[in-house]
Amino acid sequence: MSRPAPVVAASGRKYDCIVIGGGHNGLVCATYLARGGRSVLVLEAAERVGGGAVTREFSPGFKVSACAHLLHLMPESLIRELSLGTHGLHIVADRMPTSALSEDGYPLSLDLANLDALAARSSSDAAVYPTYLALLQRFAAALQPMFEAVPPRLGTDSWHDRLALLRLGLRLRALGRRDMRELLRIGGMCVQDLLDEYFETPLLKGALGFDAVLGSNFGPRSPGSVFTLLYRMAAAGAAGGTLALPSGGLGGLSDALAKVAIHAGVVIRTSAPVERILVRDDRAAGVLLESGESVSAGAVISNADPKTTFLRLLGAEYLDAGFVRRVTHVRSRGLAAKLHIALDDLPVFRGLDEAALRGRLLLAPSLEYIERAFNHSKYGEFSPAPIFEITLPSSADSSLAPAGNHVLSAVVQYVPYQLATGSWEQERARLTGLLIDTLDNYAPGLSESVVAAELLTPEDLEREFRMTGGHWHHAELALDQFLMVRPVPGAAQYGTPLEGLYLCGAGTHPGGGVMGVAGRNAARQVLRGAAARGRRAA
Amino acid sequence: MLTEAAPHYRQPLLKTPFHDRARALCQVDSFIPWAGYTTVDVFTTVEQEYFAIRNSTSVYDLTPMVKYRIAGRDATRFLNRLVTRDIAKLRPGRVAYCVWCDDRGQIIDDGTVFRLGETEYRLCTGERQLTWLLDSAVGFEVAVSEVTEDIAALSVQGPTSCALLKALGLEGMDYLKPFDLGYSHLPAWGVEAPLMVSRTGFTGDLGYEIWMRPGDAERVWDGLMEVGRERALRPIGSRALNIARIEAGFLLPNVDFVSAGQTLRVGTGRSPLELGLAWLVDFEKGHFTGRRALLAEKSRGPRRLLVGLDIEGTKPALNALLYADRSGKRQVGSVTSATWSPTTKRNIALAMMDAPHITTGLNVWAEIYLNRELVWERRMARARIVERPFFAPERRRALPPGQY
Repeated sequence: MSRPAPVVAASGRKYDCIVIGGGHNGLVCATYLARGGRSVLVLEAAERVGGGAVTREFSPGFKVSACAHLLHLMPESLIRELSLGTHGLHIVADRMPTSALSEDGYPLSLDLANLDALAARSSSDAAVYPTYLALLQRFAAALQPMFEAVPPRLGTDSWHDRLALLRLGLRLRALGRRDMRELLRIGGMCVQDLLDEYFETPLLKGALGFDAVLGSNFGPRSPGSVFTLLYRMAAAGAAGGTLALPSGGLGGLSDALAKVAIHAGVVIRTSAPVERILVRDDRAAGVLLESGESVSAGAVISNADPKTTFLRLLGAEYLDAGFVRRVTHVRSRGLAAKLHIALDDLPVFRGLDEAALRGRLLLAPSLEYIERAFNHSKYGEFSPAPIFEITLPSSADSSLAPAGNHVLSAVVQYVPYQLATGSWEQERARLTGLLIDTLDNYAPGLSESVVAAELLTPEDLEREFRMTGGHWHHAELALDQFLMVRPVPGAAQYGTPLEGLYLCGAGTHPGGGVMGVAGRNAARQVLRGAAARGRRAA
Repeated sequence: MLTEAAPHYRQPLLKTPFHDRARALCQVDSFIPWAGYTTVDVFTTVEQEYFAIRNSTSVYDLTPMVKYRIAGRDATRFLNRLVTRDIAKLRPGRVAYCVWCDDRGQIIDDGTVFRLGETEYRLCTGERQLTWLLDSAVGFEVAVSEVTEDIAALSVQGPTSCALLKALGLEGMDYLKPFDLGYSHLPAWGVEAPLMVSRTGFTGDLGYEIWMRPGDAERVWDGLMEVGRERALRPIGSRALNIARIEAGFLLPNVDFVSAGQTLRVGTGRSPLELGLAWLVDFEKGHFTGRRALLAEKSRGPRRLLVGLDIEGTKPALNALLYADRSGKRQVGSVTSATWSPTTKRNIALAMMDAPHITTGLNVWAEIYLNRELVWERRMARARIVERPFFAPERRRALPPGQY
C-alpha cells in the first residue's frame, strides 16, 4: 500500500543510467531503461518513491493521495506494457462519474448516460451536449498521436521528424474541411466563448470550463483555455477516458511502479537527495548526493523539473546563456492547492446520491464564479469563493480511514504561490477555514464532522514535492509550452544541450498528471542516444 | 548628462564631455552618431588626421564606447562563461580583446576586458549588451552595471604618443607593456583623481587609452592640446581611424560582421572561426556560451572565412563582389571593408570568402565600380589573398617605447 518502497543499498559500482527522482515518470523511465539492458539506479530524495503520486497519513489513521488524487491520464498501453496489474496495481474505483455540485440541491451529472438533471434545467443544453462532446473528442483524437510520441524537431532534415509532423498533419487533415476549420477557430479561443456558443446553463458551463483551467494559470476567459481542455481530453482519451482510483491511493500506483522497476533490475535508493549533477569532459558523468557520496553513470536522467535540473542540479555555467534564458522564462508558478480533510462521517452533499460520492465532484457553479475566483490570484490574493475538484477516496477504499470515517481530498484553485500581503504561515488557517465553510454550504454538517484538515499551498507543494513554483505540471501547460517547445527548445526531445543528461519529468512533453509517458519517451531517447539530436535542435 | 531643460526625447544624441572642445576644433562640422552620442567624423581632412596616427600623435574621443562594470565573487567565472577566451589567465592590470557568442557560436559583439582587480572587471563594447550580460549572469554571484556615462575616455595613438603623454606628466609610461593598464596622477593640469591609462587602441600602432572622470575631461583635453602644439598632435574623427584599423586588420562590428543579436536572415551571423579569430577561442578552459556549436563547426570546418586582400590599382574595392574568375561567373565572396592604405601604399580590403578553400596566396577578382565624373565604369581587379595585419610596425610593441 503506502509503505515506503524497499530500500536497496547500492554498491559502489558505476551505473549505465542514474534517474534523479523516483516519481512515476522516473520509475517508468528506469523500468524501460532496465528492460533495454541498462543498469539503472533511481535516487529519490524523499523517504518513499512516488513523487507527486504518493499516499501519506496526514492525521492518525487517515491517509490520502498527497498531490495527484486521480488516475486518469496514464495510457492503457503503458499500464499493459509494465504489467502493473500483476505487480499490485488494483483499481478500486473505475469509470468514476463527474458531478457538478449545486447549492440549490440539484447537482448535475456530466455523464452522457445520465442527462436527466441537465434536461430538467435546459432541454436544449441536454440536446446539444452530446454533439459538443463528440466534436471535442474528435479533435482530441486527432491530437492524440502527439501524446505518446517524442515531439518532432522543427527545421531538420531527419525523416523521423518529418514523419512525425506528417503524421500529425494527416490526422488533422483527416478531420475534414469543416472540422479542421473549426479546430483552427476554437484552438486559441477562451473556453467561456466556446461554452457560451453551445450552452445556457451556468452550472453546466462551470463544470465543463473547470477542466480547461484545472492546474493552470488560466481563467475561463483566458485565451488558449480551449486548447488546454482539448489537451487534457486527448491525454484522457489515450488513457481510456475514465477516471480511476488505485487501491491505497496514488501511492498504490507508485508502489506497483517500484515493484515493476525492481523486478526489471532497477536499484532504488530513497532518502538519497542529489546535490548536483557531475560533469566530466562536457558530459554528464554522475551525481553527487547531499550526503557527499558520488555515483558515476554514463547517463543521468532527471525526473526533477527543468528549472531544478538545469539551474540548481547542473548549474548555468555548463549551459549556454540563451538556453538558460529560455529555462528561466519557463512559467512554473502553481495556482492549485491541495486540501485534505479527515471526517468522522460520510458527508452528504445536497441532492447527491451515494454513487455520485464515489466520483469526482466539481464545485464551480458558473464560469463567472470561476473567473472571479481567478481574478484574486492575479493580485496575490485568494478568493473568498474558490473552486474545488473533490474526491472522497475512502468511500471506495476503506483502507484510507478508520472504520466509519472518511477522507476528503480536493484540489483547490486559485491559490497563489505567494501572497501579496502576509505569508502562508499567517493565512493558512484562515483559508482552510474558508474552504471548509464553503464546502459546508454544499454539504451541510460537513464542518461538524471534521477531525483534522491539512492545506498544502503551492509553496508547500514546492517544498514537499520539490517542484519549482509548486506547479504540478512542473511547467505551465499552454500553447507556448507544449510539444516541441516544452519545456524549451533544445530540451524538448528529452535530451539536453549537455551530452548524457536527459529530462523525463512532467516539465517535458506531454506534461504532468500521472501519465508516465514522459518517462517512457525519455527512456526511448536514452536508448537511442539522442543527446546530440537535442543539442542540434537548440 | 540629461537635464530637466533637455529631456532625452529632445536630445536624441548625447554629447560627450569633450564635445565643446571638439566642436571648436572641428573645421568641417562633420558629426556622426555613435552609440547614442554625437561624435566627430572629420575635424579637418581625413588625410591630415590619418597621418597624425601614423607619423605623430592623434587624439580620439572614445567616450561613447559602452562600458560595463562587472564585479563580484564569480566575476572571473562569469566572464569565462561569457567570452571565448580564458579570462582566468588575465592578470589584474591586464587587458584582453575578446568576442562573445550566442548559443549557435555566432558572434554577438567584440570588446576589451580590463581586469581591474581580483574580482572586478570593465568590459568595453561597441554596442549595448546589458540584457545579454544579465542573462549570462544567471547562476553567478556577480553584479553587472553600465558605467558608460561615468567614464570619459580618449585614445591617444601614434609613434610619438608615449613621449607626448610623458611630457603631459603621466608617470610609468616607459614600463607599460601592450595590454597593460596603470594609473597616474596629473596634478599639473588640475586633475586630482588618478587617471587610468591602458596601452590599448584600435590603430595597430603605439598608443594609449586614457580613462577619466567626466569632470576631468576638459582639463585632460586642454593639457594634451597644450603639450601637443609643438608635437603635431591632432584630434581625429572616425574616418581617419577607420583607415588605420583596416591597415591593422581589426574588425568593425556591423561592418565586417553583423551581431548575432541583430541578424534576421539565415546564415548572416558569423562565428569567430569564420572571422579568423580562432586564436581567441579556448576550447580547453571549460564551458562557455557557444562552445558546443563552435566545436561542431570546428570539426566540420568553417563554411566561410574572413581574409585580407591586396588589390591591384588604387581604387578602393568598396562593397565589391569577389569572383573566382575574371569573367565574373562564379562569385566567391564580398568585400566588407576597403581602403587605400597610405602607409603601405597598397589597395587593401577585408573580405568574407564563401569558399574557405580559397586561401592565402591565391587570387580572386574584385568587381569595382568607378565613378568618373558620373560616368560609371566597371573594372575587374586582380586581388591577392594576403596575411593580416597589413601594417604592424615594431614600435607598437617596443618597450620602452620610442621617445621622439
